[in-house]
Amino acid sequence: MKGYRKYFGKKIIWFLITLVVAVILNFVLPRLMPNDPVAAITGKMAQGVTDASASQRIYEKYQEEFGTNKPMIEQFFIFVGNLFKGDLGTSFSQYPRKVSDILASSLGWTIALQLPAIIVGWLLGNLLGALAAYIRKGFDKVLLPMALFMSNIPAFGMAVIMLVLFAVKWKIAPTSGGYAYDMIPNFSWDFVKSVIAHYQLPFWSIVLISIGGQAVGMRSMSIYELNADYVKYARFLGIKDRKIVGYVFRNAMLPQVTGLAMSIGTMIGGALVAEIIFSYPGLGSTMFTAISGGDYPLISATTLIITLMVLVLSFLLDIIYGFIDPRVKAAQLD
Amino acid sequence: MKNTLRQIFHSSKFVAGFIIFVGILLLLIIYPLINPGNPLEMIGVGTFAEPGTYVSVYDTVTTETETLKLPDAAVKRLGNVLKEADRQKMADWLSAMEIDVSGLDLSDTDALLAVWKENYDETARPAGMTKAERNYYKRLNASLGSLGSAGKMTVTEKDSSGEEQVVATIGTEDYVNVKDVPNTKNLVLGTDNFGRDVLKELVSAAGTSIFIGLIAGAVATVIGLLLGLLSGYLGGLVDDIIMFITNIFTVIPGFVLLILISYSIGQDKRGAPVVALVIGLTSWTWTARSVRSQVISLRNRDHVNLSRLSGHGLFRILATDILPYIASYVVMAFILQVSSGILAEAQLSLLGLGPKTTEVPTLGLMMNWAMLYSAHLNGSWWAYFPVILMITLISFSLNLMNTGLDQVFNPTLRD
Repeated sequence: MKGYRKYFGKKIIWFLITLVVAVILNFVLPRLMPNDPVAAITGKMAQGVTDASASQRIYEKYQEEFGTNKPMIEQFFIFVGNLFKGDLGTSFSQYPRKVSDILASSLGWTIALQLPAIIVGWLLGNLLGALAAYIRKGFDKVLLPMALFMSNIPAFGMAVIMLVLFAVKWKIAPTSGGYAYDMIPNFSWDFVKSVIAHYQLPFWSIVLISIGGQAVGMRSMSIYELNADYVKYARFLGIKDRKIVGYVFRNAMLPQVTGLAMSIGTMIGGALVAEIIFSYPGLGSTMFTAISGGDYPLISATTLIITLMVLVLSFLLDIIYGFIDPRVKAAQLD
Repeated sequence: MKNTLRQIFHSSKFVAGFIIFVGILLLLIIYPLINPGNPLEMIGVGTFAEPGTYVSVYDTVTTETETLKLPDAAVKRLGNVLKEADRQKMADWLSAMEIDVSGLDLSDTDALLAVWKENYDETARPAGMTKAERNYYKRLNASLGSLGSAGKMTVTEKDSSGEEQVVATIGTEDYVNVKDVPNTKNLVLGTDNFGRDVLKELVSAAGTSIFIGLIAGAVATVIGLLLGLLSGYLGGLVDDIIMFITNIFTVIPGFVLLILISYSIGQDKRGAPVVALVIGLTSWTWTARSVRSQVISLRNRDHVNLSRLSGHGLFRILATDILPYIASYVVMAFILQVSSGILAEAQLSLLGLGPKTTEVPTLGLMMNWAMLYSAHLNGSWWAYFPVILMITLISFSLNLMNTGLDQVFNPTLRD
């Protein structure tokens, strides 16, 4: 364990540096926006107010509240300070709701949907890819073009097709939402049943998308490994095929873990857009409403949460990688 | 070079992808020649007109007719008028009279009418049926009779004095040749929510999307290539700095930056080229990483050392001694960048951050419009399915080409 300290320490430092950069970018980019969001919300609030000084006072009040009247640097430190307190500001479009409240209600949905879907898709895809590499003839010929085609269907496209087939045409699944619209979230059996029913389509559409890409990647990795010298040598030694295949797939798996770490951001992005199609009450839909409502505290906070999610996931994958890659282990034990 | 090309075109995957892609490009070039005009023109007033050939009703009246005696014309005509609900009612009456209709297909007008004519009796009083309901069936039966008979229809027009003048008398056996009707419109994929010709819009949108993909891919590849070359070849501090930036932007998801930047730019300034540029600027990281690792494996080769000893400059060495060795790799990376650029535009547009909507359609915008107007919920498949298929086909063909190239240049992957 001691040998790992350096490896983990390095990873943690990297995690912190990227986190800081991500927070800065998140703060700066939306504030480059040309139009003044406070003016927009004042316009909405001050509808019918004819007195110019009254609307001026409203404007100033909101400027005070959102802190947009202070210099950029000061705003940034207030922003960071509030971040540590878990205060992400007040939403413009759903004023006076707190951004952290809105996010708290949608983050859980997204994590519960995407994490299992991506893991299941990854596992199934790798299994199929490994099979395709091992069996090759016929199976490979049919499966590879299919997997390649599937992996090219955009996530939202798969979502729409699944929605139309299963929910609109065959009516075996609900069309939208995370639970029946006439229910209030609670822990009754009916509610859980409704949640499970609404979970199926978004879940399987994300799984189907990730299967294709993973299978294609795993297949070529496995073929590469199967042709490696150590496999030939092992065959000459008369080691059983089953045992060799075990080693081959363990080695082929490693780049797949790295691949997952590299593509996790893109995958989550695609899945978030798929959420919008199903009006799933997660971060994707929140972001969609925030963008259409011109709600920059909410956009900024949503992107920050997503970035944080991706950072944590890739950090965890790095840690896992450290444990399963014998090369890292060997390097740390020296 | 010639040899390489021949080798590439021996790969079945590359050829398949190439044919699909060239096919799409040909469609993009040829279709606007056949069907010119502004793809954003709203020709329909309603939303989501179904695909098919539209014939001007007004013009058919004055077009010269031929008499054709087609045996099943009356039944077909009846089938067009007879509503789903009426068919169900007819079946209800029949089953109320204890006639077995379970094997009867209600959409088969011929069979339904045969059973109906054989069994319907005005004077019959099915159990539990009110007088009003019996009257409904009487009316239904009467209308069935009149529709089947050879009644003539008269079309009149108001002249300048307000008198009704007979323009034409139309019999049930009058036919016009569609070729003779001056105004017909073949809408292969119907119209979208704004009443635009979907096929025309799709062709134009695919063109714009491929353009966005190419620009984004080019920008990403150029940035990635330059940074990768410099960092891989120079090493040391330059490498450290470049890799520091690259590593940070690899982990911070590109689409988050894309969303933030697109939102900051604002709707009015977001034309297609700007969106393409932003996509390119946020997706160069993995090209940079992989170019760097390729360059590192090349930089201490003998021919590079020799070149360095001969006093060649940095850019000459990079361009003549290193670039040719990674060229195939860069082309593959470019192809993948194009395909992910197209996808990125589509996702961005679905979030409502796509290019400005008034100038050009893109595949993402078409998808966005179809979703906003619930095409997927009201059964207007032509508004979204061709778009999904187009995106899938473009990116499928690009990826096939990439896999084919990969197998040519990476012999270990060959089948």
